[in-house]
Amino acid sequence: MTLKTRRDYSAFALLKNGLTHHKNWQAAWRSKSPKKNYDVVIVGGGGHGLATAYYLAANHGVTNVAVLEKGWIGGGNTGRNTTLIRSNYFFPESAAFYDFSLKLYENLSRDLNYNIMFSQRGMWMLAHDRHGLEMLRRSANAMLLNGVDAEMHDEASVRNKIPGLNPSPRYPILAGLLQKRGGTARHDAVAWAYARGADALGVDIIQNCEVQDFDIQDNKIQGVKTNLGSITTKKVGMAVAGSTSILANHAGIKLPITSYGLQAFVSEPVKPILDTALLSPATGVYASQSDKGEIVVGSVLDLFSSYAQRGNLPTVEHTAAGLLELFPQFSRMRMLRQWAGIVDVVHDSTPILGLSPRDGLYLNCGWGTGGFKAIPAGGYCFAHTIANDAPHPLTESFGLSRFWTGALIDEGAASGIAH
Amino acid sequence: MIQIDCPHCGPRDENEFICGGEAHISRPANPESISDRAWADYMFFRENPRGLHKERWFHSHGCRQWFNIIRCTVTHKVKAVYPIDAEAPSLVEVDS
Repeated sequence: MTLKTRRDYSAFALLKNGLTHHKNWQAAWRSKSPKKNYDVVIVGGGGHGLATAYYLAANHGVTNVAVLEKGWIGGGNTGRNTTLIRSNYFFPESAAFYDFSLKLYENLSRDLNYNIMFSQRGMWMLAHDRHGLEMLRRSANAMLLNGVDAEMHDEASVRNKIPGLNPSPRYPILAGLLQKRGGTARHDAVAWAYARGADALGVDIIQNCEVQDFDIQDNKIQGVKTNLGSITTKKVGMAVAGSTSILANHAGIKLPITSYGLQAFVSEPVKPILDTALLSPATGVYASQSDKGEIVVGSVLDLFSSYAQRGNLPTVEHTAAGLLELFPQFSRMRMLRQWAGIVDVVHDSTPILGLSPRDGLYLNCGWGTGGFKAIPAGGYCFAHTIANDAPHPLTESFGLSRFWTGALIDEGAASGIAH
Repeated sequence: MIQIDCPHCGPRDENEFICGGEAHISRPANPESISDRAWADYMFFRENPRGLHKERWFHSHGCRQWFNIIRCTVTHKVKAVYPIDAEAPSLVEVDS
């Protein structure tokens, strides 16, 4: 379908508004007060919540929808991640889901008439020892079997492609696994694009609106209580990342989630040195360079539960040490900003997406350290789940029941960084 | 940086410790006869509170002993330290 936004963005619009000193741009979405009733209420105005609202309207024709955000949209983990997008997962269920997400990202700017600055600059994983190399080969084989693009490169080839790497490292670089279709996108723009798209289809986006309790009768959702009054609704979708346990507690639901702080760092802008994204499991660091020239760095979780959106010094030291092992020339680089997002970690590093023990309450959580790359597919499948009261085929195995049936999808041990 | 007052070694930096998660979880006495749901509750389901949290810590680079603490998950302040086999102090008293 063609999206009819309030005013399309185009080269012509830019020229016209440039001539009037950019004073006549319309707000990208309306600022709304909540109505008394909605068909669906989405709690959480991050990427997943906004994408869900957009796909509910665009794919399922459900437009009487509110997105309630306690702060401002995209102000949580959507604005706090390191913007990496990849689908180099191990198990078929994960690979199918995350590759679908990557495919949606590939067309998102066009679909939403909003430049999300998606750049498929490639995503590298490095091996620094024999065991790492074996894991990398295992990963590459799994990716190819799952129909995801993967290329193995030897040391010479890695160094040729990433010329800035430490020439005499303590942890030798033996090989690299490249997913060419991986890359980065502007994280704020993803939230804003979905917000603008959802708004154009009639969704109400309500900021500074905190859900404080649920109205549940006979195990059925009847509405939510917020600081802006009560709202009646039969369906509530929760997409609140690190705050999931707190909110679910109001519905009497206990979850297999622990909230941790995950830090990210941004340096001062420097000249182009890193035209790809790379992850080094042995040094525990991942890095890329933004279009502005900042080096964006992330590393391991602060491994005790936390709701403070800042990090701890031991992890800062660990990250700096790992980055300097890869790029010793960064030793005088100043970090401009540092922060933490509160991520909802589950034991098998696979999201919880589906029905909850309460009728009409749906769960979108457990993304842990990797929710950003999943925003389009997460929203797409969650919208399907809410509209049909049944999981989307891609997320059938992501339900809460896997914790007692034992059908865990243990991506934590199988791929990526060991959090 | 958190400083934790190890009951055996005194105050040390958080780098010396490993957090073992929620405290006072005991393994069901008869795993073969309880339901899968009950086993999952024990294995995976956690309180995860915003505020005071009772948790186990291990002094891995010191005395290598386990003990319990009460810590605020928002400020990270350690409010109480007590032995691994002791009952938890009341949260109200600890908070005041």
